[in-house]
Amino acid sequence: MLEGEFHTYMLPEFIIERRQDRCIRCRVCERQCGFNVHWYDEEMDMMREDEMKCVGCQRCAVMCPTNALIVKPHPGSYKPNANWTRERLQDLKKQSETGGVLLTGSGNDKPYRIYWDHIVLNASQVTNPSIDPLREPMELRTFLGRKQDRLEFKFGEDFEDVEITTELYPNVQIETPIVFSAMSYGAISYQAFKSLAMAASEFGTLFNTGEGGLPKELRKYGKNAIVQCASGRFGVDPEYLNVAAVVEIKIGQGAKPGIGGHLPGEKVTMPISVTRMIPEGTDALSPAPQHDIYSIEDLSMLIYALKEATNYEKPVSVKIAAVHNAAAIASGMVRAGADIIALDGLRGGTGAAPKMIRDNVGIPIELALASVDQRLRDEGIRNKASILVAGGFRCSADVVKAIALGADAVYIGTPALVAMGCTLCQKCHTGICNWGICTQDPYLSRRLNPEIASKKLVNLLRAWSHEIKEMLGGMGINAIESLRGNRDHLRGVGLEDWELEVLGIKGAGE
Amino acid sequence: MAKIRVITKPEVCMGCHLCEVWCTVAHSRSKDIIKAFMYEQPRAQPRILVEEDLPETFALQCRHCEEPKCVAACIAGAMYKDEDGVVLHDESKCVACYSCIMACPYGAIRINLETKKPLKCDLCKGLDYPYCVMKCPNNALEVVVEAEEFV
Repeated sequence: MLEGEFHTYMLPEFIIERRQDRCIRCRVCERQCGFNVHWYDEEMDMMREDEMKCVGCQRCAVMCPTNALIVKPHPGSYKPNANWTRERLQDLKKQSETGGVLLTGSGNDKPYRIYWDHIVLNASQVTNPSIDPLREPMELRTFLGRKQDRLEFKFGEDFEDVEITTELYPNVQIETPIVFSAMSYGAISYQAFKSLAMAASEFGTLFNTGEGGLPKELRKYGKNAIVQCASGRFGVDPEYLNVAAVVEIKIGQGAKPGIGGHLPGEKVTMPISVTRMIPEGTDALSPAPQHDIYSIEDLSMLIYALKEATNYEKPVSVKIAAVHNAAAIASGMVRAGADIIALDGLRGGTGAAPKMIRDNVGIPIELALASVDQRLRDEGIRNKASILVAGGFRCSADVVKAIALGADAVYIGTPALVAMGCTLCQKCHTGICNWGICTQDPYLSRRLNPEIASKKLVNLLRAWSHEIKEMLGGMGINAIESLRGNRDHLRGVGLEDWELEVLGIKGAGE
Repeated sequence: MAKIRVITKPEVCMGCHLCEVWCTVAHSRSKDIIKAFMYEQPRAQPRILVEEDLPETFALQCRHCEEPKCVAACIAGAMYKDEDGVVLHDESKCVACYSCIMACPYGAIRINLETKKPLKCDLCKGLDYPYCVMKCPNNALEVVVEAEEFV
């Protein structure tokens, strides 16, 4: 072994079974694997593999034209131990070999209670009619932004020609209460970023630029963009702010509360350096705090600076990670002038985060949402801000439950990535993504065709929207507005008293 | 005469070579991928070729030119343009002089390793649809039909 190197004591995570009666040696698996697992041995006329390198992303299995490949968790294991699990042992061995912080990508994969799976929805029976969304109109349209405390109207003769005389705050209209989460160009490939923009534009919802700027040629998608102004201020210019639908100040991220961002220099290619306005090849470091925000008053200054820069025409969102005092913080944010409160929960995803942070910091979004909504109602300021929630939404039922708990709309990140091909192999931080999503390698990123990926994203939005309409119809509701904060439609199953209390819902049967 | 061609989109070609695999299947006897590769002798050969200069890749096959140089160059009358505008090759007439290969400005004609005669794309004549286009996982190949221009 060379100085400073060790023979690794790690076990392979996956085993690759190649059915030789099907393998035609076409070498597609070899070309599709960015981790160089497969190779062709000419002498043996056989495809061979190095399992140590396999991350289990399943790209080769999906692309193999004869389905000759099976990639599955490696059965080789240590003596079973409830305390010292295989993952813990592997992490210890890895750290003893590298001396570094454990890095990972994607969202928290630990078995924290998923409250969505302990909340059930209501439906109409006998005493109130359910509605068939295929026969009757069903409204999912949502407006994000500050709402007035009171509205004044002017009526014409015979109460025709109703006119609102109160000046309205800027609001953004979305056709479904589902918005794409912040994923920056730099963290994800240009193709993935463009796919999100195209899909949001086609469906009439929003995507979020993250802290990576908005490339000039994509500014035509600005009216469907939430643009972020985060701690590194990358890519922020007056046009960037003014082409957007919403400006978002990013304080924190659910996957790594209290932690900044770090885009390694290798990923800062020429187009990324232009978009982010930093030199090519330099690390893009987003500090952990916003260095000009140390109080609610400071936050207010930035909110109003951004409102001033955008002529008070756009709602300003403030995004925080869901943490212990989220409710009090959110109240301060609304009072500081935020028009949208974005909450990112414990299970939110990331392109790269220290594993210990991802898996142990923050609180579940269900509890954070319920407590923030309740706090804002109690203080009589719920109308002053919309609530956008993120972090671990897996299906349309989760969205419906979130809206009944008080959310205005939901951010989806991981589901959008999965729709584009992601299999949650959690290797986003390596810069290699065999699905062409989380990489800047031109050989890998071109395999994501935005024409195809955007169609899949639109399909996902359409499917979820349809399911939401079905669930609303079942509850006898014909507009998403009528469900918002309507916790009477929720009941808890298998929850403790304190959990029901925080969620503000009754137990099933009550 | 409408002009049918397969066009390639290099910006989304990922160099997987599946077009070559399925071209082989399309020109096999069984049209079954396992049989085509593992049992049929001689094995069918692809008429499409993925050109690589990584990270750039694109699939190349006959352009079915309006005025094909290969047809003009063929000394045996083996290369011809049929009524659908598809440039085809009749192996029975071919003398394997390779004039067509020399004349093709795209380098799209290959050599059959068995018969040593030229091998070229026939747009999957007799099949429902060109296999390379149908099986490209990233829509990097597309069939375009250009209607004849009226003058």
